[in-house]
Amino acid sequence: MNFPKELRYTKSHEWARREGEKVVCGITEYAQKEISDVVFVEVPKRGQAAEQAKAVAVVESVKAAFDIYAPMSGKVSQVNADLESRPELVNQDCYGQGWFFEIEASDPSEWDKLMTAEEYEKNIQNESVK
Amino acid sequence: MLISPDDQLSFEKSRPGRRGASLPADRCAKDKLFEKIPDHFKRRRPLLFPELSEPEIVRHFVNLSRKNFSIDTHFYPLGSCTMKYNPKVNEWAAGLDAFANLHPLQLEKTTQGILKVMWDLEGYLREITGMDRFTLQPAAGAHGELTGMMLVRAYHDALGQTKRKKVLVPDSSHGTNPASAALLGFHVIELKSNARGRVDLETLEKHLDDETACLMLTNPNTLGLFEEEIMQITKRVHEKGALLYYDGANLNALMGIARPGDMGFDIVHLNLHKTFSTPHGGGGPGSGPVGVRAKLVPYLPVPLVTQQGQNYKLDFDNKKTIGRVKSFYGNTGMLLRAYVYIRSLGREGLFKASEDAILNANYLKEKLKVAYKVAVDEPCMHEFVLSLKSAGVHAGDVGKRLLDYGFHAPTVHFPLVVEEALMIEPTESESKETLDLFVKAMIEIAKEIIEEPDKVRMAPHTMPIRRPDEVMAARRPILSYRDQLRERILLAEGAPT
Amino acid sequence: MHYQPLSTEDKQAVLDGIGVADINELLKGVPSSLRHPKINIPPALSELEVQRLLRELGSMNQCVGSSLSFLGAGSYEHFVPAAVAEVTRRNEFYTAYTPYQAEASQGTLQSIYEYQSLMTELTGLDISNASHYDGATSMAEAALLALRHTDRTRVLVSEAVHPHYREVLKTYLRGTPYEVEEFGLNADRTFNVDDFKSKLNDQVAGAIFQSPNFFGVLEDLEGLSDKLHGLGALMILVGHPLAYGALTCPGEWGADVAVGEGQPLGIGLQYGGPYLGYFAATRSLMRRIPGRLCGMTQDSEGRRAFTLTIQAREQHIRRERATSNICTNQALCALAACAYMTLLGKEGIREVSEINMDRAYYLRSRIGKLTGFEVDMKTPIFNEFVVKSAKPFSRIQEKLVKKNIFPGVEITQFYPKFKNEFLVCATETKTREQMDAFVEKLAKC
Repeated sequence: MNFPKELRYTKSHEWARREGEKVVCGITEYAQKEISDVVFVEVPKRGQAAEQAKAVAVVESVKAAFDIYAPMSGKVSQVNADLESRPELVNQDCYGQGWFFEIEASDPSEWDKLMTAEEYEKNIQNESVK
Repeated sequence: MLISPDDQLSFEKSRPGRRGASLPADRCAKDKLFEKIPDHFKRRRPLLFPELSEPEIVRHFVNLSRKNFSIDTHFYPLGSCTMKYNPKVNEWAAGLDAFANLHPLQLEKTTQGILKVMWDLEGYLREITGMDRFTLQPAAGAHGELTGMMLVRAYHDALGQTKRKKVLVPDSSHGTNPASAALLGFHVIELKSNARGRVDLETLEKHLDDETACLMLTNPNTLGLFEEEIMQITKRVHEKGALLYYDGANLNALMGIARPGDMGFDIVHLNLHKTFSTPHGGGGPGSGPVGVRAKLVPYLPVPLVTQQGQNYKLDFDNKKTIGRVKSFYGNTGMLLRAYVYIRSLGREGLFKASEDAILNANYLKEKLKVAYKVAVDEPCMHEFVLSLKSAGVHAGDVGKRLLDYGFHAPTVHFPLVVEEALMIEPTESESKETLDLFVKAMIEIAKEIIEEPDKVRMAPHTMPIRRPDEVMAARRPILSYRDQLRERILLAEGAPT
Repeated sequence: MHYQPLSTEDKQAVLDGIGVADINELLKGVPSSLRHPKINIPPALSELEVQRLLRELGSMNQCVGSSLSFLGAGSYEHFVPAAVAEVTRRNEFYTAYTPYQAEASQGTLQSIYEYQSLMTELTGLDISNASHYDGATSMAEAALLALRHTDRTRVLVSEAVHPHYREVLKTYLRGTPYEVEEFGLNADRTFNVDDFKSKLNDQVAGAIFQSPNFFGVLEDLEGLSDKLHGLGALMILVGHPLAYGALTCPGEWGADVAVGEGQPLGIGLQYGGPYLGYFAATRSLMRRIPGRLCGMTQDSEGRRAFTLTIQAREQHIRRERATSNICTNQALCALAACAYMTLLGKEGIREVSEINMDRAYYLRSRIGKLTGFEVDMKTPIFNEFVVKSAKPFSRIQEKLVKKNIFPGVEITQFYPKFKNEFLVCATETKTREQMDAFVEKLAKC
């Protein structure tokens, strides 16, 4: 599975990419495969406050719904409106066109609390052993 | 998309100028009444209703009905749903003009017959459950749950216990339990079941405190198992000042065997469409009366039906009432059917219903054990759960394959505490011959799982359709004929599929 | 016990199969203190006796069918084509369960899809769910939707909305952070625009209107949706569905949600239930709509197929985070409505709507000419109107009921401030002769 090195990750399977002050977020390839066919994404509202590790979005498959947690705190500055009509983008291109939202980070130090690609991969392996 | 003529919508069969009903031609009001109504009160939007003659419409619906499984055509062992036979005399009674054609706002003295039915039915439900009073208003089980949880809140509020915001629910519970509690702002806590699929007393104690409002319990639970420690459970919950709510989905196991009231429950909802044989109607109408102990009576919705001497009346005077939960008095037509059922079976018949339901379930469980894993292998009540874990196919696949054998699927993937659950409830309505045929089909399927698993995975093979594409349905919802037309235009414009 | 196939011999065979001697061996888990409760229920009756009993109980009712009724107020006597009952009495429909197994439920599913299609047409909105319990509960669910959608705390409701509906709404919101506020009436029983406007603020999630309202009056709703949308609030409209055959539909008024009682669409009076709550909304609210939705898709061989969809909102998946706790709909009532609307068809629905107005306007003008009775002749109505009498209504009612006439619904029981008023309803079921006879008897009261 692909976990790009430049991204950081959460235990709850979100990824984050730093773009200056801003952080773009989505869900990982592992998460996308576990959920299987994404049929709907409820993205947060622009301007909404996000708190690290608190739910801000919801992803739905046919038979389940999953909370998506903010990798970092701050204000939601952009959301991916394409997901409304094309939720399948999450399955097709989870690190690209399937991004969820962008956060204007209020506490840059939180970045360092996130996992590196290597740590994340290890974490998944441990999880699947359990 | 392939569409056979049989699958056409009424809208697609429509031809201009056809009519399916005739109406009086005479008019009473003076001429041109409609012209006097201001223009902006008149509908301008065209009404895209079908235009078809009566014979076409009747054939349309009758042929639609033939694509359904139903109790009257098939064995329907749907766990937790109690798909028992719907006696025809119930329907006969509900169809009598004297009941079907009663307006809810008639003077009480013109509706004494139906009020007596409601009063007597309430009395029977009290006897069967051991509760002190019932409201007959809730329209369905989930509606009853909502009503019940409103009573919980009203009760605690009246005692000034406003911090009681926690509702405990076992992880094996029906989804409606946490949903109903959460809708009212309660904080839901799931209790992990013990290894035998029951409430774990220690876990319960750990979560019980002076912020607990209620424990919601189904007994027998959704694994078909009786909560053997029920007396300790209710005692401990009461000691902490919390209430006990009984989800009556599984009452069909208990008529004449044990009563929730005697177990210590404070609030009970029943599903008349399960235990008391009113038809499921393809998903309603149901009826979900709620019974309570004396201390909760003052909070019941109004009106209540009461008896005064020889007369029956609607009583709006319940001081601390939570208010009304439905217009008028409930799904009265369903109450009438349940009344007829209870009168037809009588006390002994109700007992036998529960006993036979238990016998049938245990019989199936014993016969299926040779080929399937039983989730908790102990004597069960009216239903039991198999687990298809590590079988190589999903529980849902077995359900679908059963359709090919002429049996409706059991409840699948529920309760959530069992992986790959297949929940089977035969009810008392089935003969031993039907049960044996079902066993035969299940054993056959067990063989197929090993020898030709794809046959099971791809099932059903003989239904009007194969498996529907649910991903497509949810990604681009088409929910009406107008959506179809809109989708066609979007496609023509090259929108992504 | 002719519903229970197990005979004594069968029972023995089943016990042998289980490997126990007696059912009590299976019930060891039930504490003995609970066993054998004393239950006081009469013994079984034969079917013949049951039929006799029910006929006797029925004779204690004086039903609308054998009387002349002008009762409405949320439950209406309408013509129902005989074919409707033929459809709903099909065993394959009424003895089926919720269509979770789509492959074995295409009949129910397609009928729900057609019902949704018909309701969206009638209301002029984009999406209809598979139905709710009744008008009152669907209105309460609509208010909850508005509160969640806007993330606000207040709902405004017109005092001219059916009293039961307002009561249910209050019950649903009691103890929540949400509040309901009512806006008042004009002398002609339409809602008061100034009062409504004075109650608008940035915490209003939505406003609920009814037209035709409880008093039978058509409300002028022009411009209200713009006003509400400008404030970020939703417009919820309650109404008699048959009115929309000829009169402005919720979509045309700009409503976001249309709810109400579907009983007039081919469902009998049945002393108040089971009825049908219809619920339609604009597309932008699709994911927030409570209850079941049926969608069209295709099967693995490319054939048209119907299935329940957007289920992740629902209680069996979302549990405590569901949009609603609703589980069943009123499928069989929705089927009746579906068959009814299909039979009436494009022309029939408009005609029946017009005949209702014809009868109600005629009766209103006749009663308006009687001394001792007052009606407002100017307000536009659909099939009901208010009559004020000089004498106590209870006495009029007593007299007429003895003559097998139900003159109307007393309004004072719902609005104590309106003395000696009653609501008279005349649907397409009434003939000129019947109405004349009623007026004649009313004059003598």
